[in-house]
Amino acid sequence: MKYFPLIVANLGRHKIRTTLTILSVIAALFLFASLRSVLTTLRTNAQFGGARRLVTLNATGLVFTMPVSYANKIKSLRGVHSVSWANWFGGRYGDGKVFFGQFAIDPESYLAMYPEVVMPAEQKEAFIRERTAALIGRRLAERYGWKIGQDVTLQGTIFPGDWTFTIRGIYTPTNPAIGDDAMFFHWDYLDERVGRWGQAGWFIVEMDSAGAAGTVAKAIDDQFRNSSTATKTGTEQAFQASFAGMLGNLSLLLGFIGTAVVFAILLVTANAMMMSANERTGEVAILKTIGYSDRTLFGLVLAEAGLIAIVGSVLGLGIAKAFYPLVKFNGFGFLPGFNVTAATMAWGALIAVVLMIASGLVPALRAARMPIIQALRKVE
Amino acid sequence: MALVEVRDVYKSFQRDTQKVEVFEDLSLDFEQGSFTAIMGPSGSGKSTLLNLIAGLDKPTSGTISVGGALVSAMSASELAAWRARHIGFVFQSFNLLPVLTAFQNVELPLLLTRLSRKERDERVRIALDVVSLSDRLDHYPRQLSGGQEQRVSIARAIVADPTLILLDEPTGQLDAKSSQEILALLGRLNTEFGKTVLIVTHDPHAAAKAKATLHIDKGVLEKTG
Repeated sequence: MKYFPLIVANLGRHKIRTTLTILSVIAALFLFASLRSVLTTLRTNAQFGGARRLVTLNATGLVFTMPVSYANKIKSLRGVHSVSWANWFGGRYGDGKVFFGQFAIDPESYLAMYPEVVMPAEQKEAFIRERTAALIGRRLAERYGWKIGQDVTLQGTIFPGDWTFTIRGIYTPTNPAIGDDAMFFHWDYLDERVGRWGQAGWFIVEMDSAGAAGTVAKAIDDQFRNSSTATKTGTEQAFQASFAGMLGNLSLLLGFIGTAVVFAILLVTANAMMMSANERTGEVAILKTIGYSDRTLFGLVLAEAGLIAIVGSVLGLGIAKAFYPLVKFNGFGFLPGFNVTAATMAWGALIAVVLMIASGLVPALRAARMPIIQALRKVE
Repeated sequence: MALVEVRDVYKSFQRDTQKVEVFEDLSLDFEQGSFTAIMGPSGSGKSTLLNLIAGLDKPTSGTISVGGALVSAMSASELAAWRARHIGFVFQSFNLLPVLTAFQNVELPLLLTRLSRKERDERVRIALDVVSLSDRLDHYPRQLSGGQEQRVSIARAIVADPTLILLDEPTGQLDAKSSQEILALLGRLNTEFGKTVLIVTHDPHAAAKAKATLHIDKGVLEKTG
């Protein structure tokens, strides 16, 4: 600690350079924490899924629908406890540019199957009772100032026209992966408006027991194998993972960008430290003349790099940790439960240590190994 | 036994392809409490002698001992520790750290000791008082005159109470008045505080303040006075 004023004074020698170097470390660690958090959130959300829930899709692909009459057939299978279904709506709000997730659901069966979607009992009842009612996430309500009883009109894209819903419930998810910025409304209302279309986007199947997933999934798909619309059934977790899988290349890209940014900042910091050390060749010689050992000087130069790395990383990681919850960031609905995890903070701290060693090692070694007489000639 | 004993010292170094011989078989002593000026033309080897005694450089052969310690045989880390304890070095160009105040510059040698913050504080204040700069504790080198800067560097040299004070052209960059003040201060350090002072100088006025003068030319001890 007694050397601390000396270390701080040396860093204050070129205030602008030191400030810019610290800012670059802050930016690097903030970006690292942000990009890694995108990846961890995607991975965490991909693991979401009730152990007893299966999802049945059209075997051709997610965008293709299935007859809603499949629900009764699935329900009759051994090992199936209950069935629900949903459709992606894809509407826009306001000037047509505002987008959030909207789902047409069978209210009673869907909410029974998702106890993670929580709201007051009277709101739940009101939502189920009214055909044009909507259930919205708390974040959505806060973002647009929507209140219970308010009418909200969406412009349909897949299902054209203006669609007006009355907000009857505001939910809060107990699992962040569900997201709190979605809207649910009655599948019946959708079906009626599009002329008794009778199609579901996907079925959610609750089993009697979690251990029967393989058997039940096979039984469902076998049942529709030779029909006009074959199905593909898997666990809800696999369903979520398939979304994350679509982002596979994005993950790679984010990882690459993160690594490149950190590496670039490392070079900037190392360069700044090298410049600083080179400018002080004479002073190193003076300190050696006074009696500072090679080891002490090595430690002092390394500590300078360390202080930059510590201040920069604490601020960079701290800002990332505080900023996203403050603005309630959820990646425009694509990253519900976005969170800078403790593991990300730990990785950031590790990067700071590597940064300190990588940027300070060479200048520290040069200071320690510098012959006094040779260095003094530059002073005298 | 003399405080500083230089025995049969041979010192040469390589400059490009040429071998330059600085000393050949140099032997001399400096007594405890002495105040000696070393004079000689540029390149005569006077600064090299100072560097050898301070353990900043090593003789090619021969031995140098200070207060019984064989300086020429010490390792780099031993030399650093020994210098911190026994040597106070003053440069021609002051060589204060510009980012530190006068107080912090003087405190630098004490950071290497086990002294408490309070003890360090006391010692720094005493050293700055000795050089009459008690009112300049918080001044940075750029806020001081050349003479004041050199006095701070002398305070830095004496703060750890060294065995030997070595000065390399301490008045070389000062005006006549400041030079006189510095020389008077060195005289006080020698007479009042009993410090052994060894000064390398071109300046005959500076040499005149010393108790003994030693002339070196081309590495050879010419005469003493």
